[in-house]
Amino acid sequence: MNKQLINMGSLCIGCGAGIIANEIIKSLNEPAIFVLATGCLEVGTTTYPHNSWPYPVIHANFGNAASVASGIARARKFNQKINKNLQIIAIAGDGATYDIGLAALSGMAERGEDVLYICYNNQAYMNTGIQKSGATPIGAQNSTLLKWEVEQKLYPKSVIKIMLAHKIPYVAQTIPIFNNDLTAKIKKAINIKGPKYIEILSPCIRGWYYEPKDSLNIINLAVETCFWPLFEYEDNQLKINYVPENKEKISTWLKLQKRFTELSKDKNLIDKLQKQINKNWEELLKENN
Amino acid sequence: MKKISLTGNEAVAYALKQVEPEVISFYPITPTTEIIQLTNKYILEGKMKTEMILAESEHSALSACVGAAACNLRTVTATASQGLLYMHEVLTVASGLNLPIVMIVGNRSISAPLNIHNDHSDTMAVKDSGWLQFYAENPQEAYYLTILAFKITNLIKIPAMICLDGFITTHELTKINILSDKEVKNFLGKKDKQKSLFNFEKAPIFGQLSLPDSYLYFRFKLAKKIKKSKKIIEKTFTNFNQKFQTHFNLIETFNLTTAKNIIIASSSICGTIKETITQNLKEWGLIKITTYRPFPKKSLINICKNKEKIIILDKSLTFKGEKTGHLYEEVKEALFDLQEKPKIFGEVVGLGGKAFSPKDLKKLIQKYE
Ligand SMILES: Cc1ncc(C[n+]2csc(CCOP(=O)(O)OP(=O)(O)O)c2C)c(N)n1
Ligand code: SF4
Ligand SMILES: [Mg+2]
Repeated sequence: MNKQLINMGSLCIGCGAGIIANEIIKSLNEPAIFVLATGCLEVGTTTYPHNSWPYPVIHANFGNAASVASGIARARKFNQKINKNLQIIAIAGDGATYDIGLAALSGMAERGEDVLYICYNNQAYMNTGIQKSGATPIGAQNSTLLKWEVEQKLYPKSVIKIMLAHKIPYVAQTIPIFNNDLTAKIKKAINIKGPKYIEILSPCIRGWYYEPKDSLNIINLAVETCFWPLFEYEDNQLKINYVPENKEKISTWLKLQKRFTELSKDKNLIDKLQKQINKNWEELLKENN
Repeated sequence: MKKISLTGNEAVAYALKQVEPEVISFYPITPTTEIIQLTNKYILEGKMKTEMILAESEHSALSACVGAAACNLRTVTATASQGLLYMHEVLTVASGLNLPIVMIVGNRSISAPLNIHNDHSDTMAVKDSGWLQFYAENPQEAYYLTILAFKITNLIKIPAMICLDGFITTHELTKINILSDKEVKNFLGKKDKQKSLFNFEKAPIFGQLSLPDSYLYFRFKLAKKIKKSKKIIEKTFTNFNQKFQTHFNLIETFNLTTAKNIIIASSSICGTIKETITQNLKEWGLIKITTYRPFPKKSLINICKNKEKIIILDKSLTFKGEKTGHLYEEVKEALFDLQEKPKIFGEVVGLGGKAFSPKDLKKLIQKYE
């Protein structure tokens, strides 16, 4: 039997980050060391004396998971006894990845460290009370929101593209509980040497402000609207993993989340957002051919 | 024993070659860059089997050391000035996690204004981050202390900084005694078994969140560890001294038997002070602070109790509202409980590499005679 988190600690019930961590762990057949960045997942699963992790785990700071993981990846070679398949897996939030730890992640990729870096993206600094991060989408209510037309771009910056620019062997985007896509990508990544980057959309009950009964719907619609397409790049070669038969409208996804209450009233902006999503998706399809 | 001409940086690099730590992680900064250029050369020539991580910042350089040290490996970094300040966030994690990391600091002033020359502002700014701090007077001491740091951190399980004065010591060429590789390896011995990320059965955790009910316990435990480290450091020094005819101690004294007055200082300036005392300051003695953390309070009390005047020379400023340095504050506090206290004065000298000659010292002392 594969391992799993011993329990969900103090994470909110239904927290996407907890589900993601469990899907990652359950995908593993090999020994692994986890590196956590400060954030909801770390705080929720490691409060002394409790520890949810069935694997060795280390948390140092907010912005240095990629660098701590680099040190461990190099240390691996000095322990003959350990399994050659030992995986070093860093898990960090969007704030830790897009913002404060971006240089560390870039350094890790540039040096070619044999680390699997996972960003669970809940699109804000949740642990500190839902502040805007570099991954916050337009119109998402948060505790530091100013005028979004001014403060936020129509689409957040793309760390995926930044990682592709590093030409690392594997870059992927996925979501939990959808066609086994997450598990398949973890399994693929751990068989590739070198730096790997997987970004996972991580629904957040508290920050996205939705009814727990809508959890699955939110995951499905994120993909079916093409807001969060599932794809992967092996050696910068794109493969789209799922093509919706009938693309859903973004407004249906927005409506389920109270963080978008204000945005949902702004037809003009929703139109713009829909156009941007269509454009992104078409570009992706074009690249796939 | 072999004698060769080396600069402070070269001496440290030579010591690192002999110690052969498993992981070095580094980001360039004057005046320590040379240490890593040299170790890199040793690695390329196959003279040391070390993994070198050329990090993209000092924050990451130290973070990588944290990762490697949590796997129970010997690991080292080198920095100075802004680099050390850039690491500050990770410094407290390294000590809080009880990781035996060694860091070489080529002491340098801090910005602004930008200045690449020597003073102790950088290491003084982080003196309370839970690291041991040792100050080397010259390349010879830098060489020995580098080796000693690996032994001491392995015994105590807290990280240590070896501080040498930028340009003055890092770039000073002197003939120094070199131990044989075998002597170094034998002295260091095997690394202790300790908590490691490689222990998959136990699956340990490093760096938990601690609530108010436990936080105090962890911080006090670290404070106690540092207090207890004094004995271990003294024992390790004694052992080293016996083996290699050196004279390391928490502090070093000079001309103290007859002198009524004492100068207290650390690092390269002590060379100047010794020279001046020998030539024309016979009624003054010197206490050189080699070990700044843990602070050698007891030793100071014992020596200072019957003296008349004490002048503390600092190469850093506290900005507490008076023009005083950190060492001055610490010595004053240490001697506070003495019934009959000597008169205690403090002077800040040599900031940003300003030269401090025997003549300057003479003039300064005259103020207090
Ligand atoms: C250097 C530093 N700055 C700020 C913080 C405060 N802080 C802790 S967690 C966090 C936000 C984490 O956001 P993210 O990475 O998105 O993870 P999430 O909590 O959303 O899962 C912040 C700002 C910190 N711990 N360290
Ligand atoms: S705030 Fe969001 S990310 Fe944090 S524990 Fe709750 S659901 Fe998870
Ligand atoms: Mg987040």
